[in-house]
Amino acid sequence: MFNLENSLNLPLIWYALIGTAILLYILLDGFDLGVGILFPFAPSDRCRDRMMNSIAPFWDGNETWLVLGGGGLFAAFPLAYAVLMPAFYFPIIFMLLGLIFRGVAFEFRFKSSGLSRRLWDYAFHFGSLVAAWMQGAVLGTFVQGVRVAGRRFAGGAFDWLSPFSVMTGVALVFGYALLGATWVILKTDGDTQKWARQCARYVSIHVALFMVLVSLSTPFLNDSIKALWFTTPTLFYLAPLPLISVGMFVLLWRDLGQQKESRPFFLSIGLFFANYLGLGISLWPWIVPYRFAFWEAAAAPPSQSLLLVGTLFLLPLILAYTGYCFYTFRGKASHEWGY
Amino acid sequence: MYLFDPVFLARIQFAFTLAFHILFPAFTIGIASWLAVVEWRWLKSGNPVYEAVYRMWVKIFAINFGIGVVTGIVLSYQFGTNWSGFADQTGNVLGPLLGFEVLTAFFLEASFLGIMLFGWNRVGKKVHFAATIIVACGTLISAFWILSANSWMQTPQGFIRKADGLFYPENWIQIIFNPSFPYRFVHMVTAAYLTTAFVVGGVGAYYLWRRRHEAPARVMLGMAMIMAILVAPLQLLLGDMHGLNTLKHQPAKVAAMEGLWETQRGAPLKLFGWPDQEKEITRYALEIPKLSSLILTHDPNGEVKGLKDWPPEDRPPVAWVFWSFRIMVGMGLLMIATGVMALILFLKKTLFQSRWFHLWCMALAPSGFAAVLSGWFVTEIGRQPFVVYNVMRTAESVSPVGAAPITVTLAAFILVYTILFGAGTYYILKVIAKGPVMPEEAPFGTHGLKDPLGLEARSEKPGGSHV
Ligand code: HDD
Ligand code: HEM
Ligand code: HEM
Repeated sequence: MFNLENSLNLPLIWYALIGTAILLYILLDGFDLGVGILFPFAPSDRCRDRMMNSIAPFWDGNETWLVLGGGGLFAAFPLAYAVLMPAFYFPIIFMLLGLIFRGVAFEFRFKSSGLSRRLWDYAFHFGSLVAAWMQGAVLGTFVQGVRVAGRRFAGGAFDWLSPFSVMTGVALVFGYALLGATWVILKTDGDTQKWARQCARYVSIHVALFMVLVSLSTPFLNDSIKALWFTTPTLFYLAPLPLISVGMFVLLWRDLGQQKESRPFFLSIGLFFANYLGLGISLWPWIVPYRFAFWEAAAAPPSQSLLLVGTLFLLPLILAYTGYCFYTFRGKASHEWGY
Repeated sequence: MYLFDPVFLARIQFAFTLAFHILFPAFTIGIASWLAVVEWRWLKSGNPVYEAVYRMWVKIFAINFGIGVVTGIVLSYQFGTNWSGFADQTGNVLGPLLGFEVLTAFFLEASFLGIMLFGWNRVGKKVHFAATIIVACGTLISAFWILSANSWMQTPQGFIRKADGLFYPENWIQIIFNPSFPYRFVHMVTAAYLTTAFVVGGVGAYYLWRRRHEAPARVMLGMAMIMAILVAPLQLLLGDMHGLNTLKHQPAKVAAMEGLWETQRGAPLKLFGWPDQEKEITRYALEIPKLSSLILTHDPNGEVKGLKDWPPEDRPPVAWVFWSFRIMVGMGLLMIATGVMALILFLKKTLFQSRWFHLWCMALAPSGFAAVLSGWFVTEIGRQPFVVYNVMRTAESVSPVGAAPITVTLAAFILVYTILFGAGTYYILKVIAKGPVMPEEAPFGTHGLKDPLGLEARSEKPGGSHV
């Protein structure tokens, strides 16, 4: 049967692809969730309408990257999917429930008024907040590693809850809020934009704080990570990454004080990207940290081959029409509902 | 104890979240295709009635689609949270099918939905129409892959299971186009179309009955009845073929549908009865002699296998399958009857005047949902006690998660889905109560021109919220 095993390193390609899908999810749905996190703090209803409209045409497509992340993991690394999902049982399910409230609020909010509208405002906010925090906690748990026996998760239902995962949860909430605030700067003007600028400043201080905290505590979770970042040859190769992050942060801070509209958003994306890369380097080559390397959890080569061929054709197409949709809805968002 | 058994709880949770999800796709698939037809009629004829119908139903579509998406995402993670043994072992086979669903369907639907809903002033009419068609195709492609995956679990082929317990693909064509897939795909898509037709028809009938929105209501009822006349009988035929295919590949399921315990020639058709799993009989059966053999073997004296041919631990829960099957077929027959009545009324030119018929259509508005749910119950419960028919048992597939976490999350799902269902229904009913807005009675006029551009309309509404 059709098999590319001999010509390509399939597990490696899939490791990179899943990593990319998750990164795209974090960046794209990150700004949606960030808007949700900041939502109740906006100065007026009109601002909130504009914020909502700035993401309404995109959120569904953005969230689909989460389905690709999960579905792709199931397809390419079924063992990792089967071990990790029970390990993250509560955070995953509560993340999903949060996403439910976030998702339906778009439709329901604009069809209601008065008290029920305010309820959907809060559903939108708390849904985003819970989803973001749970995702951060999942990330933290992943970095800490999970208990495995044979091919199954062997820990308890609350293994995921630790000071570190609580902290990564909060860190991600602030990170998403920064993406959200800079997105709002990009997509609005006037009062809303002004408020978003102040917001972004406030949030970015916290982001910097948490970046330092997480970066300093991660190496102490695992000796090989510590060795990677704090011993000489690798230290020099890796040093540019934190330095670039600091540079981007300084630039972001300056931009927020000036009238720049689009660069803060792209700088926040850059910050996320640098952090993600740093994390990726620390966790290489684990897919179930400290237990299964990615090649140990890979699906059968024919399965990975088939989906890879499909992905090669479909992913560029998806990126193209996603780009087209963003292009169609370019420019500033209005506060009127579109249909 | 049943209640503390993680396998049982996981099944309940999965059945609940799936059954809830399928209500929305069943409507989404049908209404997306129907909206494409309506928009085409509108572009072609320029008749504003079609525009009004489109603009009303696209609002309902959006609500429905939103709930379909958020509940669907839950499912794609439930394979891992509830059935990690299943995910681990069948991942090689099912993973790529679900992966293709995401890549070919979900992105397409989700991206072009934005243009379909919000693109009115940003793209031309033709592009908008294209977006509607793309969304409709996306829903069908999605059904293609997910039903292929499900059908493979019913009639698995094209794989080998090695000593490590894992499934390995051998032939993708055989896996994707497994024996029950063509029947299930066609039967499900027709089911979605019928479900939508009866909802749309019911709403049209309601307007006629209340003597409101006459012109759009005729479009709704008329188009719906065309579906009922043509597609409802077709569904009976397709269902019959589907059943024959099931008889070939999953005879135990058919025996459960028929409530038949003893293998016999000239088996009767049991119209009603009470299957008793322990005593191995169907009580109080009302039977038509030889009909079951006739339907299933096309020979009044053909042999039909009874449940006693399988050891008790390999039999599905008979009563559920038996009753669900009767509800589905019952709904199908009511739909056919509706089509026949509509045809007669149409020929007598009183379709839009017969008030009793409008009441009848309103009563049948939810019939499609009932049939879809009971159909899936037949299919899935009839497959028990296997997840992959005759190859892997449900009990092998469960996750290493205790009863307590499953109970907590099950309660959370029930709570959240109840809110979701209540709110969704409420807002859909609100759109229906408002009705289609014909262009000449568009918002400008009714606003008394205080705000002709509608700039302030939203934020200055009295009672607007201040969070
Ligand atoms: C016959 C059709 C059908 C069936 C049996 C299922 N679905 Fe579904 N699903 C759809 C038809 C559909 C759809 C028509 O494509 C939806 C419905 C509403 C919507 O927005 O898209 C959808 C949405 C939807 C989404 C959200 C897609 C997005 O982000 O746009 C996911 C992740 C799933 N489904 C996953 C599943 C899984 C894992 C299922 C089974 C175990 C399942 N669906 C059964
Ligand atoms: C969308 C319509 C569907 C409905 C309403 C539905 C309903 C159900 C029900 C009621 C059960 C529980 C059966 C029992 O435990 O007695 C079940 C089990 C299951 N179904 Fe489906 N199902 C649907 C589609 C699917 C699809 C498309 C798939 C896979 C691709 C699937 C995979 C499963 C699995 C893995 C189980 C759990 C194991 C088991 O109990 O057999 N189902 N479903
Ligand atoms: C009118 C006579 C009908 C017959 C004889 C019939 C027959 C069947 C059979 C035998 C199955 C089970 C197949 C299996 O599990 O292997 C089935 C499943 C199903 N039926 Fe029907 N059906 C009829 C009407 C309807 C109607 C009106 C609807 C919905 C509007 C519907 C929706 C479904 C669904 C959603 C399933 C589960 C998916 C599948 O296996 O295709 N059916 N039907």
